[in-house]
Amino acid sequence: MNALSMLDRKLVRDLVRLWAQSLAVALVMACGVMTLILALGATRALEDTRAAFYDRTRFGHVFATAIRAPESLGTKIAAIDGVAAVATRIVHPVIIDIDGMAEPATGQLISIPDHGEAAVNRLYLRSGRLPEPGRPDEVTVIEAFAEAHGFRSGDSFAALINGRKRQLRITGVTLSPEHVYAIGPGDIVPDQKRYGVVHMRRTTLDGAYDMQSAFNSVSLTLSRHANKKQVMARLDAILKPYGGVAAHDRSDHPSDAFLDAELVQLKAMAQVIPPIFLFISAFLVNMILSRLIALEREQIGLLKAVGYSNSGIAWHYAKLTLVISVAGVIIGAVAGTRLGHGMASLYSEFFSFPFLVFSQRPDLYVIATLVTFAAALAGAANAIRGAVRLPPAVAMRPPAPTRYRSLFGGADSGFRPLFSHLTVMALRHLVRWPVRTALTTLGTALPVALLITSLFAFDSIDSMIDTVWFRADRQDATLTFAASQSEDAIRSVAHLPGVIAAEPFRAEAATLRHGHLSRQVQIIGTDPHTDISRVLDRDFRPVRLPPNGLLLSERLASHLDLRPGDAVEVELRNGQERRVLVPLVGVTNSYIGLNANMSRGALDRLSGQAARISGARVIIDDNRTEDLYDAVKQTPAIASVALQGVSREKFRAMIEENIGISVTVYVSLAIIITVGVIYNSARIQLSERARELASLRVFGFTNGEVSRVLLTELGVMVVLAQPLGWLIGRGFSELVATGFESDLFRIPLVITPPTYALSSLVVLGAALVSALIVRRRIDRLDLIRVLKTRD
Amino acid sequence: MKQDTDTPGPMFEVSGLTKIYRTGEVEVRALNGVDLKLEAGEMAVLLGPSGSGKSTLLNIIGGLDRPTAGSVKFRGQELADANDRELTAYRRNHVGFVFQFYNLIPSLTAWENVALITEVSANPMTPDDALALVGLESRMHHFPAQLSGGEQQRVAIARAIAKRPEVLLCDEPTGALDSATGIIVLEALARANEETGATTAIITHNAGIRKIAHRVFSFLDGRIAACDINPVRVKPSEVSW
Repeated sequence: MNALSMLDRKLVRDLVRLWAQSLAVALVMACGVMTLILALGATRALEDTRAAFYDRTRFGHVFATAIRAPESLGTKIAAIDGVAAVATRIVHPVIIDIDGMAEPATGQLISIPDHGEAAVNRLYLRSGRLPEPGRPDEVTVIEAFAEAHGFRSGDSFAALINGRKRQLRITGVTLSPEHVYAIGPGDIVPDQKRYGVVHMRRTTLDGAYDMQSAFNSVSLTLSRHANKKQVMARLDAILKPYGGVAAHDRSDHPSDAFLDAELVQLKAMAQVIPPIFLFISAFLVNMILSRLIALEREQIGLLKAVGYSNSGIAWHYAKLTLVISVAGVIIGAVAGTRLGHGMASLYSEFFSFPFLVFSQRPDLYVIATLVTFAAALAGAANAIRGAVRLPPAVAMRPPAPTRYRSLFGGADSGFRPLFSHLTVMALRHLVRWPVRTALTTLGTALPVALLITSLFAFDSIDSMIDTVWFRADRQDATLTFAASQSEDAIRSVAHLPGVIAAEPFRAEAATLRHGHLSRQVQIIGTDPHTDISRVLDRDFRPVRLPPNGLLLSERLASHLDLRPGDAVEVELRNGQERRVLVPLVGVTNSYIGLNANMSRGALDRLSGQAARISGARVIIDDNRTEDLYDAVKQTPAIASVALQGVSREKFRAMIEENIGISVTVYVSLAIIITVGVIYNSARIQLSERARELASLRVFGFTNGEVSRVLLTELGVMVVLAQPLGWLIGRGFSELVATGFESDLFRIPLVITPPTYALSSLVVLGAALVSALIVRRRIDRLDLIRVLKTRD
Repeated sequence: MKQDTDTPGPMFEVSGLTKIYRTGEVEVRALNGVDLKLEAGEMAVLLGPSGSGKSTLLNIIGGLDRPTAGSVKFRGQELADANDRELTAYRRNHVGFVFQFYNLIPSLTAWENVALITEVSANPMTPDDALALVGLESRMHHFPAQLSGGEQQRVAIARAIAKRPEVLLCDEPTGALDSATGIIVLEALARANEETGATTAIITHNAGIRKIAHRVFSFLDGRIAACDINPVRVKPSEVSW
């Protein structure tokens, strides 16, 4: 300590004396640093990994499908200005039958060139080798599917390929840029066991689907300065005669869209949560430093009197702030880095990248440090300015006594029967420092809000599950045909073993246009009296589909700027190029996807073709599910099957696991904030009022009575903080719900009374514990010492 | 601690009172075998230089501190072995305190500062009466920050006597005041002593004040060096310093 200047020695001793308060502030700062590092680090991890993986595997920029396009079009497509590479291929849905698994899995068969690597969407080989050309039973499978079943090279499984059950042998396990987030049709969370992506050599698939010299899927990469829109328009024109479905870019690719949705959430977290902590730490620093400077008035005067400069004194207190900040940054950085690794490994469960490294680049830590220092110094600025402004002579005189005033214009004296004088003392003190009271109340309200913001997801997901699976899509399974069938097919479905009820649906890919706005969607046509799968209006009531007109989900209607009564131009992508104006007859509620519904009859008329159905939604007898699964595996006409019941359970399990983790994190964060705010607030009150409280003890008031003054003050602020916290929490939750909203899914804003209650209980509990810790100090007040000194 | 108001004899009986403070390795003998009796209704002045032990004695007989050795009896009841709860009750029911720096509650008005005590006392006078006794009827709704030092000290005296204590302990009550204001405060104390009959002990290092007391105890090095009886007490207004 000899090397330290005298002021630095004072600094060290101040810190030792104020260790508990400083630690409480440092922990709040640490939470800010941790969440910032976590959110930014995870964002970078995902962004960097995605960019590197896409680059390495040449993930396509533009995708399109056709029914059957001649291979010669490939050259024509490659000649479009701006196209760097083209890959034509064959893609087909497939039903997979795995030994020991009763329910059928669905999958996608995707062709790879017979020789060499694909020009676009290359596979990343994790193990084994690619199929040998000329060996039709050889395939590779994506890693998530392989891991879910414990598959290795050499293992085999059966698939229903174009009506024929074939045994396929795995030669390798791959990753694909198209399936970083592999999700089956009709699922809203990945089910690695029930969804597989299988790659085969082109010749094999050509033969299986009779597609010699033809393709039904094409992906392009673009050169750097390409005009994507023009390329897509040209591609559409080339493919249109061959049943070409409008081209889409990466952002509409499901896997990439899910990754994007995750990134949006991470960025929202980085923008909302760390600022809360930084704001609270700035406030706490201000509170502690103001009190310290008030206590050290005479010392400051003395220092100035003996020649210390204003800047020297300002730097002394700034250093105190910075030392606390450094502690906060170190704790936060260590915790953030550790949690970051945990988060990266959690991500690697959801996203299939060959590597996923949590970003630890130094600039991340520099940003976190600078932001924390800035917040702390901003909090300290006002207090330090006060110290600088004290003239030496004034500083060495005691401050003028604090002026109080009666509440309600003196009417508080009239409340004698209501409030004891001890309570009046507490209330007047609160009113005497309105800014501090307001900020402390806000500081206590924020953890309540934070908890509501994390806990509301439980309520919302419950409500979503209820709406999606118990009010709207009540089927146990959705069977989709390989090709559309006549209406009679529904009878065959109804006769499948285990099927209790079946409802047909027709799905048609369509482009909806309104003014300059357009969207590619699937229009689902069902019978007006449908009961298994229902369309819900905005009040969640089932809608009876009108004989004419279209119903769109709220988000889709708003994308197209449509209101009920408006006409929307519909072009079915069935090669007929007919554009028909259809009235929008209603807006519906949907949490998953962009939905367009109409009655099946209306859709049939719109298609200009006979009544056809694309599949059926069925209710299954629980005791006969396996019989149905067996039958589906043997039915060539069924291309895929989505099991809503399995999906629902999978979804619930995944959400509960995720929410479980985040609730633990948020409860810890809320407790840290509450303790930071209430403990510091109580310590400062005690410091300011030690003399007053000691006087009360001298006059014969008991420890309990004296504590009541302090606890009443804290209690009033903590109680006021609850409704404020509920309001802010509701606002934050609304932001989060809006932030989550994407074309893929949205979550409703539902907050139940138990969520409000639980959030408040956690904060009230933490506040009570902090207050009681400080209360013990009242028992230890040195009555004689405080009475001998002046305030 | 039981109280027995019918017990005859002195208000306080102190014998062999010793108080040793230990700070680290340093041992300070603040009181070194003090013997003393204070009679009911008596006004005593405890005189002496800083560190002579007078405040320590006041703290012990006021129930704020405990002796290291010796005995201190209030109306025959031993205070030396009372626990915290008993000492709190003793202070609440029997003792009025007046301090050098007034120790008013800044967030309460003069009237409320007095009422704070009367609302927890068994047989108090009204706050208005107590304030009238110190001549502050017209200032009773002012907050401490709106009162002069002398006025604040008189509020403190009103607060101390409002509960009709048997004992009034004053630690340097004029220490922070100029002489004119100090005399007004002393007059208030003398009047309180006469009208309530409270045994009054005033600590001071101002020798001028000694003449208003019945008896003067002079302290030196933790002992009572002398005990003088004033044959004729003078009025505070006749004192000068």
